[in-house]
Order: sequence, then C-alpha cells, then structure tokens
Amino acid sequence: MELMLGNKAVARGAYESGVKVATAYPGTPSTEITEYIANYDEIYTEWSPNEKIALEVAIGASIAGGRAIVSMKHVGLNVAADPLFTVSYTGVNGGLVVVVADDPGMHSSQNEQDSRYYARAAHIPMLEPADSQEAKDFVRLAFEISEKYDTPVLLRLTTRISHSQSLVSLDEPLPISIKEYTKNPQKNVMMPGMARKRHVFVEKRMKGLANDSCEFEINRIEMGNRKIGIITSGIVYQYAKEAFPEASFLKLGMVHPLPKDLILDFASRVETLYVLEELEPIIEEQVKSWGIPAIGKELFSVQGEYTANMIEQAISGIAVNTQPAEELPNRPPVLCPGCPHRAVFHTLNRLKLTATGDIGCYTLGTLSPLEGLDTCVCMGASIGMAHGFEKVRGKDFAKKMVGVIGDSTFIHSGIGGLIDIVYNKGISTILILDNSITAMTGHQDNPSTGRTIKGEEAPILDLVTLVKAVGINNIHVLDPFDLEASRKILRDELEKEEPSVIIFRRPCALLDKSESLPLRIVSEKCKNCGLCMSIGCPAIQKLDEGMVIDDALCNGCGLCERVCRFNAMERVDL
Amino acid sequence: MQSINILIVGVGGQGTLLTSRVLGNLASDLGYDVKVSEVHGMAQRGGSVVTHVRFGNKVYSPLIEVGKADILLSFEKMEALRWVHYLKERGMVITNDQSINPMPVITGAAEYPDDILDGLKKSTAEVININALDIAKEIGNIRVTNSVLLGVLAKYTDIDYKNWEKALSHTVPPRTVEINLKAFDKGYNARG
Ligand SMILES: Cc1ncc(C[n+]2csc(CCOP(=O)(O)OP(=O)(O)O)c2C)c(N)n1
Repeated sequence: MELMLGNKAVARGAYESGVKVATAYPGTPSTEITEYIANYDEIYTEWSPNEKIALEVAIGASIAGGRAIVSMKHVGLNVAADPLFTVSYTGVNGGLVVVVADDPGMHSSQNEQDSRYYARAAHIPMLEPADSQEAKDFVRLAFEISEKYDTPVLLRLTTRISHSQSLVSLDEPLPISIKEYTKNPQKNVMMPGMARKRHVFVEKRMKGLANDSCEFEINRIEMGNRKIGIITSGIVYQYAKEAFPEASFLKLGMVHPLPKDLILDFASRVETLYVLEELEPIIEEQVKSWGIPAIGKELFSVQGEYTANMIEQAISGIAVNTQPAEELPNRPPVLCPGCPHRAVFHTLNRLKLTATGDIGCYTLGTLSPLEGLDTCVCMGASIGMAHGFEKVRGKDFAKKMVGVIGDSTFIHSGIGGLIDIVYNKGISTILILDNSITAMTGHQDNPSTGRTIKGEEAPILDLVTLVKAVGINNIHVLDPFDLEASRKILRDELEKEEPSVIIFRRPCALLDKSESLPLRIVSEKCKNCGLCMSIGCPAIQKLDEGMVIDDALCNGCGLCERVCRFNAMERVDL
Repeated sequence: MQSINILIVGVGGQGTLLTSRVLGNLASDLGYDVKVSEVHGMAQRGGSVVTHVRFGNKVYSPLIEVGKADILLSFEKMEALRWVHYLKERGMVITNDQSINPMPVITGAAEYPDDILDGLKKSTAEVININALDIAKEIGNIRVTNSVLLGVLAKYTDIDYKNWEKALSHTVPPRTVEINLKAFDKGYNARG
C-alpha cells in the first residue's frame, strides 16, 4: 500500500493501463497527473499549448492504435469541447480517456461549472472515483470501457479527490500492445454522410452502456438502515458516509449514463431517498424525471463544497453545534516577494491605465494596493477584450489602456486575439508578462522555456519573431524593473495609432537562482512617505516605529530601493 | 480506534504541505488507514492554507469537520486563531510565534489582532506557543521551521521518536535530511 495523491493515482493507473501517449495543459487541480505520468519512461508525455491541442494529439494517438490519456481542469474542457463532441462519434482505436478536474468552491478557478454536463451533452460515459484507490482502478476500467464500447471515456475528479492522499495498492502494468491502424473514413472522417451514421451508433452505444451499467461493480448498493437511502458519487460519498455511516447507499462509480433499473431497485428499498451531489442537480433531475420521489437541492446548495456536518444537519434537521469562526483580516494570495509582475503593475498604476487582464499569477495584481487590472474572464481574453473596448470607446480611450497577458497564456490562446487586432486595424498596446514559465499552476514548462515536460531541451519559441510575423511593427523587450524605461516606452507606444506589443521579461522570483541579500530600511534616512508600500510587497510593513522590511520574507529583488526617493534602503550583510 | 485529526495551517509557501506528508507517511508506516487533504494552486501564493491529516482504523472523508480536530498545528499566529473553531473540546493548539501580515493589514485596511493567545485560550486551555522561526535561524535555515514545529508536535503524541525520524527522513528531499532531523530534534526538546 502506498499513500498517494489522487492525481498521482491517476498517473499510476495510466501506467498500469499501458498508456502510450499522455497530454495536457496545466490547470489546478489537474496539473500533477501529467507531471507524475512524465516520470514513466514508457509513456510519451507532453505539455501541449492548450487543451484543444492536447485532446487532438490524444485522439490522433488513439486512432493510430495506442492508448492515450489527456488531462485538464474543468474550464480546459471548454477549450477542448470542439474535438470532444466529435470524437464521441468517431470513437476510438486504442482506448482514450479524458480526465477532467472540477473545482467546487473555486479554490483556484474563475467559475465552478460542472463537467458532468459535458458527458451528457457529448454522449460520452463518465466515471467518478471517490478516493485514490478508485482513481487508479477507474483509469484501468475507463480504458476497458473505451475499447469495448468504442467511445472516449471521461474521468471526473474534483479538487478533494485530486489533492487528497489515501492508500493505494499497486498492480502490475497490463501487457497492452499497439493496435493495427487501417484507414477507415466511414469511422474517422466526420463529414455529414458518415456522421449521420455514426450518430446512430452513438445512440445505440449509450443505451447499451446504460443497461450494462446496472451490472457494473462500480455502481454499488450498500444496504444499511432503510430509513435513509442516499444516491451519491465521488467525494460526497465520503462526506455522507462520515455523516450517516448506518444509512443505505447507492454509490455510483459511473455518473453517465445512469443505471436506471438499479436506481429504481434501490429507491424501492428505502423510505426516504436523497440525492447528494455537489454543484448541479444532474443525477437528481434524471432520477426525478423517472417519477422517483427524491430530495436533493431542496436541502442542498448548487454552490461550493459540501461537508459531513452540512449533510448531517440538513438530513437530520438538527443543528450540529459548532463554534463560529473568528472575524479576522483576510489573507488573500499575493504576488511573491521579488515577483517581476509587481514592477509592471506599479508602472500601470503610476500611469493610471485601464487594463484588460488575463489568467495567471499576474491576476493577483488586481488586488490592493496595486489594483492594476480591470477584467479577467478566461485565458486569452485580455487581447480580444482590449480590442472590444477600443471599438466602443474609441482610439483616445485605447491610448489609455493596455491588455495584460502572461507568456503561457499568450501561447495558449492570446495569439489569435493579436491577429484579430492587426487584421481589423486596432491600435491596442498589449503587454506580455514573460516570466518564462507557467507559474500559477506550479512552474510548468511551455514552448517559450526551451524545455519539455521530460526535462529535455526543446526549441525556444521566439515571441518577438512570432509577434512580428502576425504584423506587429512596434515591439519592445524590457526588464520590468527598469521603471524609467518602462514608463517612457509605455507612454510612447500608447500614443501611436498602431498596435504595439511590449514584452516584459524577467524570470519568476521563485525560480531565479541569483541570490541577493535582503534589504533593510535605514530609519535615519526614511521619511515615512509610504511610497515603498505602494508596490504591495508582503515583506514591507509599516509599524509604530516606522517602515520595516521582514528579512524572513524579503528576497532582495530591490524594487523598493528603485521606488524610494530618499535612498533609504541598504543591503543586510548576513 | 477513533480517527486522529490533525489540522495544519499557515501561509502559502511556509512548508505546511511537507509536514502533512510526513504525518501521512508516519500513519501509514504504523499501519493505519490515512487520508491527507492538501492545498495546491492559488492559495500557495501567500494565501491562508490548510491541510488535513486523518488516521485511524477506517477514514472516509479526507477533511476534518469544524469541531473535530484533536490538534491544530499552526505555522503563523493569526492563522491559528482563524482555524481554532475546528478544534474539538479540549483539543490542543501548537502555534509558531511568527506573525506574517496579510495584505489588508499591510495596506492599512485591517488590523492584525494583538491578543491572539488570549483568543486561543478562550477555545482551549492547551495552547503551546513556540518561536520555531528563531530556532530554525539558529540552525541556519529558516526553511526548516516546519520540521521544528513537527518536533514540538511529536512530543505531545505517544508515537516513538524513531518512527518520526524514519517518516521525516523518507519524506524530505534526500540532501536536506540531516538539517531537518536536527530541526526536528530541536523542536522535540524545545520548551514551549
Ligand atoms: C482554459 C484554462 N486552462 C488552464 C487554466 C489554469 N491556469 C490558470 S493560469 C495558468 C498559467 C498562467 O501562466 P502564464 O500566463 O505564463 O502566467 P504566470 O502565472 O506565469 O504569471 C493556467 C495554466 C485556466 N484557468 N483556464
């Protein structure tokens, strides 16, 4: 038995299933799956530029005859939705598993959409494990189902499954060989004539699966006390077991399609039937549509995560006595000490610019005191949105605004927006915050870093050449810590009635190996003006005795020194 | 045996994750069923972080419920107060004496509470306050603050020192074993 993160267990499952190709674009809470898979020499693994490409590579691998797995977070499936809906029609050759990690409660996400809707909408079976052991075993089963029923299979995780460790017993890898590839346009070329026939197949496949799933071991009745019957799946099963260990359970391992007869049988054996599922009432609505009386969202929220206390309280109707939490100052995440993004936001703030923003560490520049961003919708949106702002508010407004995007996000889905601006004669100034890594999700390589997920050297995508090829003529590469040049070039570029791109390049502070001594504020020189506070560095604090730098937090980047007008900072000699 | 619930809280980047993994490996070495719930992603950037460690004969949920934690181990003082309602009656708080101001305090929008220990003592009589950061500084690396705190925690359990040593050695990166063991020992023998 090994104590394993849910995500690591998925990786182990891929290894045991003889997977040939694993692809992904990072995204919390799914990222570690592919990082762990990359440790298996047997499996070709890649970070793809975005989720759509990741899925397409996996589909290619599958049709070519190898088993393939692709992983992403819930919003990544939006990006990959186009190929997803049609690979449902083509089906597979080697098994194809699409892992999607939802984030109820939005620990690290911009929304809490429920991926189970995709399973229903795309007519693809979906499995949902409830701990790490199941995470591993369900991957193996998903590949079996995929090949047996000629379908991609979705594996749904949630944050608490992905990021919890529990014990797993390991199995030997299966001897899976690559299947033969034969050209088959009727199955693999989805033109209307072929697709119509494949749609008939899809309907039949899903009916067959719905029937067979009544016999699947992963859909399991645990009879206990008949007063309370609970239909549930995934992590909510664990919360409910914690709250009502004596109740009867129908634990679903497959959440689409549902085993109707099994549900009817279970419902007939219990007095009151509850359907417990975080987020949307997907199981509940289907159960009720079959005329089965059940209680679900009457008692439970479609928002956030559930807890055992919450379930106990809602079903028993008796308040669980707990202390209230203390009212305390919030502790939102912040840009790290030494973060290169901080300098850019300081400059934007000084110039009082409007900024359409994007998703990455730099989104944290929205918060006080930097307050640098006006918007954040989805990856890549900053650029198209800047263009949209201009088309409504005019060129003069566009001269007082920028789009702000990170290197990984620009490659993921920013480049198309830039093509649009050039083609449709916009004048936006776009800032690429190039810390040469995908930082927010924990430092993954991307095409601009010169390394693959396996640590091999790779060609470096040259952003300057790329941006030039798109038709941008005003391009600058700057160190964001050069505050004077930053301000000057920004002002110049904003004035131009042409699009510009400024690449602010400085490595992520957490990866920068150059060691600098921490700084100290010399109280005799400090005038307490508070300017150094305006950069929002967590290491600088205003105490009763004056401004102080916490040497346990300071990384010595020296941005405060550059901002200070009185030369009040000096290096601490350790 | 009823499950043992240990809540580990702190500020993203302080090394709470590694500590929870040592505990998880320890419990699994001892043959218990165990679940550890971690925080990855956004909060790791200086936000308030919490990891849950539960072990016993059978553990369902990886999360500790409000009012059910046996021990609260906090890497930062105010975080101890933020999570103290998770403690069960007569549970124990072990907190690092370090304060890290969150951004709303730095910008002046909020104030850092000055009566944290009193606040904690309202919840439980068992409050241990220890300056683990200073101990780590003495050893020569503030990054082992977490192992100092683990040492303090270890003293209040009836699990053998040897088992702790083994779990710690197996969990931390190989080149840091020695300094982490030293930090653990200092914590184990510290007077809080
Ligand atoms: C479609 C989609 N995929 C993945 C994510 C997860 N995600 C959020 S930010 C980010 C990476 C940002 O990297 P970069 O743009 O280089 O900025 P940095 O964090 O390095 O500053 C990722 C992968 C997401 N929010 N949406």
